[in-house]
Amino acid sequence: MSCALLLLLMSLALAMGTGAAVEIQRPRGVPLSSELENKPFTCLDGSSTIPFDRVNDDYCDCRDGSDEPGTAACPNGSFHCTNAGFRPAFIPSSRINDGICDCCDTTDEYNSGATCQNTCREMGRKERESLQIMAEITKEGFLLKQQLIHEAKRGQEDKQGKLTELQGSKKGLEEKVEALRTVKETAEDPEKEAKERHLKAWEEQKELLRMEKDKTRMAECVTVGDIQRYFRLQSHLELDPDSDGSLSETETQGLLGGADKVDTSTFETVWSGIKDKYLSEGQSEPPAPVETPQEESRDFVSDHDSDHYPEDYAGEEEEDVEDDEEDDHDEEEEEEKVPPTVQTPEKREDDEVSMPPYDTETQSLIDAAQKARDDFDEAERALREVDDQMKNLEKEIGFDFGPSAEFAYLYSQCYELSTSEYIYRLCPFNRVSQKPKFGGSETNLGLWGQWAGPEGNLYSVMKYDHGQGCWQGPNRSTTVKLTCGKETVVTSTSEPSRCEYLMEFTTPAVCQEPASLDEVLHGHTEL
Amino acid sequence: MTRVKINELKPLKPRFEVPDVLINDPPTEPLSLLSRDENGVVLSLGADSQRLIVSAKPFRLDIMEGREVLLSLNSRGLLAFEHLRILYLDWLLSLLGPSSISLDFSLPGVENVYGIPEHADSLKLKATDGGDPYRLFNLDVFQYEVFNPMALYGAIPVMLSHSAQRTMGIFWLNAAETWVDISSNTAGKTVFGQMLDYVQGSSETPQTDVRWISESGIIDVFIMLGPTPTDVFSQYASLTGTQAFPPLSALAYHQCRWNYNDQEDVAAVDQGFDDHDIPYDFIWLDIEHTDGKRYFTWDPHKFPQPKDMLQGLLDKRRKMVTIVDPHIKVDSSYKIHNEIRSKGFYVKSKDGGDYEGWCWPGNSGYPDFTNPEMRAWWASMFAYDQYEGSMENMYTWNDMNEPSVFNGPEVTMHKDALHGNWENRDLHNLYGLYVQRATAEGLIERSGGVERPFVLARAFFAGSQRYGAVWTGDNAAEWEHLKISIPMCLSLSLVGVSFCGADVGGFFKSPSTELLVRWYQTGAYQPFFRAHAHLDTPRREPWLFGPENTALIREAVRQRYALLPYWYQLFYHAHHSGQPVMRPLWVEYPQDTATFSMDDQFLLGRDLLVHPVTEEGARGVTAYLPGKGEVWFDVHTFQKHNGAQNLYIPVTISSIPVFQRGGSIIPRKARVRRSSSCMEHDPYTLFVALSPKRFAQGELYIDDGHTFNFDKQKQFIHRRFSFANNALSSRNLAPGSQFTTFSWVEKIVILGASKPSKATLKTHDGKESQLEFEFDASMSVLTLRKPGVNAGLDWTVVLQ
Repeated sequence: MSCALLLLLMSLALAMGTGAAVEIQRPRGVPLSSELENKPFTCLDGSSTIPFDRVNDDYCDCRDGSDEPGTAACPNGSFHCTNAGFRPAFIPSSRINDGICDCCDTTDEYNSGATCQNTCREMGRKERESLQIMAEITKEGFLLKQQLIHEAKRGQEDKQGKLTELQGSKKGLEEKVEALRTVKETAEDPEKEAKERHLKAWEEQKELLRMEKDKTRMAECVTVGDIQRYFRLQSHLELDPDSDGSLSETETQGLLGGADKVDTSTFETVWSGIKDKYLSEGQSEPPAPVETPQEESRDFVSDHDSDHYPEDYAGEEEEDVEDDEEDDHDEEEEEEKVPPTVQTPEKREDDEVSMPPYDTETQSLIDAAQKARDDFDEAERALREVDDQMKNLEKEIGFDFGPSAEFAYLYSQCYELSTSEYIYRLCPFNRVSQKPKFGGSETNLGLWGQWAGPEGNLYSVMKYDHGQGCWQGPNRSTTVKLTCGKETVVTSTSEPSRCEYLMEFTTPAVCQEPASLDEVLHGHTEL
Repeated sequence: MTRVKINELKPLKPRFEVPDVLINDPPTEPLSLLSRDENGVVLSLGADSQRLIVSAKPFRLDIMEGREVLLSLNSRGLLAFEHLRILYLDWLLSLLGPSSISLDFSLPGVENVYGIPEHADSLKLKATDGGDPYRLFNLDVFQYEVFNPMALYGAIPVMLSHSAQRTMGIFWLNAAETWVDISSNTAGKTVFGQMLDYVQGSSETPQTDVRWISESGIIDVFIMLGPTPTDVFSQYASLTGTQAFPPLSALAYHQCRWNYNDQEDVAAVDQGFDDHDIPYDFIWLDIEHTDGKRYFTWDPHKFPQPKDMLQGLLDKRRKMVTIVDPHIKVDSSYKIHNEIRSKGFYVKSKDGGDYEGWCWPGNSGYPDFTNPEMRAWWASMFAYDQYEGSMENMYTWNDMNEPSVFNGPEVTMHKDALHGNWENRDLHNLYGLYVQRATAEGLIERSGGVERPFVLARAFFAGSQRYGAVWTGDNAAEWEHLKISIPMCLSLSLVGVSFCGADVGGFFKSPSTELLVRWYQTGAYQPFFRAHAHLDTPRREPWLFGPENTALIREAVRQRYALLPYWYQLFYHAHHSGQPVMRPLWVEYPQDTATFSMDDQFLLGRDLLVHPVTEEGARGVTAYLPGKGEVWFDVHTFQKHNGAQNLYIPVTISSIPVFQRGGSIIPRKARVRRSSSCMEHDPYTLFVALSPKRFAQGELYIDDGHTFNFDKQKQFIHRRFSFANNALSSRNLAPGSQFTTFSWVEKIVILGASKPSKATLKTHDGKESQLEFEFDASMSVLTLRKPGVNAGLDWTVVLQ
């Protein structure tokens, strides 16, 4: 629409009365130019051409709504408010004469009976004031931002320098580690050999000792009765050939080869045949049963399940119930863990003599190897430390702190906001959390996800997600909206949807370079 | 109509007879004796050669017309009446024994029965042989299942029977727990089997047998004999009254959620509708708006200035609904509780103390709404100086009025709780009606009897239609629940409750975007149109799903607003004559057997047929257009289709298949604004859909949209539009009434027209003028440009 036509049409008033079609009235002192009056109007989309008296006649003739810029006749039309003193605006033409004041200059309500006040001046003044305040904030904020960028740059350089430095020392450390590894390995070979020698000698000696001991023992128990008593064979029914419930002496005798006396070698032969059975049976005695309490607690839990309907409503209580269930579970497990009290015969057998100390030669080899190991471990630890430092630095350097790293100063900081119920905590690039003021544990409202502003303004919104899960719902997440401010503060939090939080955060880092104040003010008030 | 009432002659104590449901004592007529023998009498039932045969042994009633039996009572001998007895063991306490009652009805020639809501089931009731009967017992059901005869939130013990010959109704006036068993001798038969019967001349005529069982009370049953659906609706309306005529704005779109968090949230959502140019009339506040679930109060932190908030809405000509539930927090610092307790208005437990149960606020008392004094007090609490922070644009929602008692049996009140002398078991299903009634009366009183109330309730009974709207409770965001919303509301419509809707989007769970869009498209054509969502679901205001979906939802809502004049007129008729707004097809095509079990499409009034898309990923729907020799016009494309055919309609995500009957005239307001009251003075566009005989008729009803002046002072306009002999005229249907409107006729669209040479407008003062017009030959659509006549006056347009 041409600007001249638009202005003219806006000043037309329409009269609508009972039973009468709407007519154009020419407002006093504003003649319609004869040129316009006689010229047919072509819809802006070119779809048709209509006589001029059908423009703004409260009937929609053009498909694009362009013939009725001053009435509500077209569903897709729009109305232009001049709003002198404030900002001009287009409103949908359905808001013309709907009884609601939309244009601050009242021009949209020319025939609805609504009494609108012209508030453009006041709104303009207010807007100018707030723009002024905003401009000042922006100006100062922008200066702070420059500082932040400068600091971030220095910080970044420092970190880069540190990184390079660390890279240097890492190389040195790596070499050192390699050197020490060789030293260690060189020292460990003779150590190993010496130790093995020593061990072998000891094993041999031990074997001799054991054989001697066995012989002595065999010599001592020569009769079947002795053997039976010594090994308490009567109680080992698994060895009972006729399964009559007892292992008689005769049966033992049979097991041992038929003689009433046994010599060592015979016994060894027979013993090796039944030893495994004897031992394994003795070991595998079942643990004492602990069933009764277990079943009771199970019943308790299932009672809860069948009766859980009301808990669906009392959502908060649900958690308590779950806790109870967990407790029950723990008890059960503890009871199951009661250890068996049966001693295995093997343990009784294990009354061995300990290994003699290393000889001095071996000991010195061991000491030398140990020192080499310690040195190596220490060097390796130092290398790991450097690695960790580098990783942290790289992570920090790798973070997207904005186009000029202006958000870098937020790293490893936390900001809190206290509301009537909770303390909210925002640790940028890390996490958001909520802690009840009066006791209770902290809830994770989300971990750093990514920048999530709209295209062209990516750095205006931060997204934190994968927070603590919600009952019957999603994991908690938080959207942080950043606005320009001199200070770095969390200004508000809300939960617009269950478990989806919204945080407002001011920081100089998002302040844009201010246009000159004059520009701001005049750019908006001009038509 | 025939009423059969059976009670004990001398009961040990009186048995409960349902009060306050019938609008008056039905007038009686003397029956004339036609003949008698030793076993019975034959009585004449007035006109129409109807007779009542009473047989003594065995007891049996048969209602005949001519030679045909219309309905028999106790023909299966299932009449049972457990008279009150003192239980031997407890005679000292004079505890009475069981008191249940039962009666059977046989309907020869009937294959289809409907009604007895509320059940999430098909429109046509199923035979219940081998399964549970349909149960009527008002319950707060958590995540109810569809296609199930289980009891839900409301109960209306009215069943309609229908065959190609006759429509009848059975109204079982009993408010105790009730079961309805249905069996049919054709239910088990396949279509082929039925055809075989037909070909071979089956010996057996179809018959449906119904048995009603109630836990207590008396047998009090009304047989409505029709014979047409319209007659049954009138007969039932004469007993229990008609639909409350809602304020016009209540027929527009409602935006609800559990919960809008605080005043800022309300303001932001309100602004969101304007920013996205989507109309809405009501924003709703669920339980979280209160101070600790104490109804009639506001959370002081979240809603510190409710009047500022309401004024903000009023400035945009919009409204609010706040929830007021009938469970009252037991808290000695809560005024409402203290007053109810001190006045003794609480329901009592069997041992005489105040009955207490667990609900949203924790421990709660339940006001005895059956007590008229209690209701009067409750109503007075809605006065502007009692309900602090309320204003005239604030209305009320009664949820949980079954009543819901979280720790009660089946989540409701103990049956031995006492309402005065009566046990809850006697009147359980009536409690919800009384809650809604007391609230509606409160809203009327606060305006000095001037303003029409708007109250939504979840539990209901026969007669609840007089007090407001109902919805289908806590449904789920699932396609099945979208589909079931149609039969659920149709079943209610058949038994008097026209103002019905389902939560758009589904209450539990989160809908897919497609489901949400389809639900808006369906809801836009159902009577009560409200989006609602559970607290734990993500936000779903219409603009949160991308610009394309916002546009689709905007378009659906705008179609609703444009059609508001027609909706309003339908509700006027529902109020005036008890005819339902939303109708099964068989109501208008009673002889067309193809329509008898149809519940995926419906009619609005007589003239609009709606077949919403309720299938996921649908590429097309098959709509049945009824009426041999009739035509239907697609309201979007103006394409003409013949009646009596299954029409396959390809659909896209923007399609809402709606057809206007050839022969009808529907007024719309094409200038959709941000709320219905902003459109009050806007002009009308008339859509004239010509029948094959080039004839059409329609109506227009206009009043102030919100007061009782239409009734008390006859301030309304009711006009008849007729198109015949190439002339369209508007004449007054209510000469005794008077009302003036600013609205005028801006456009007349004639579908199925031929091109005239001239269109002449004659106004009421005799003046003639020529109208310009456009003619679209491809669709035969004639558009008359700007007649400009006032909508309340006589006029005629002659086409030459």
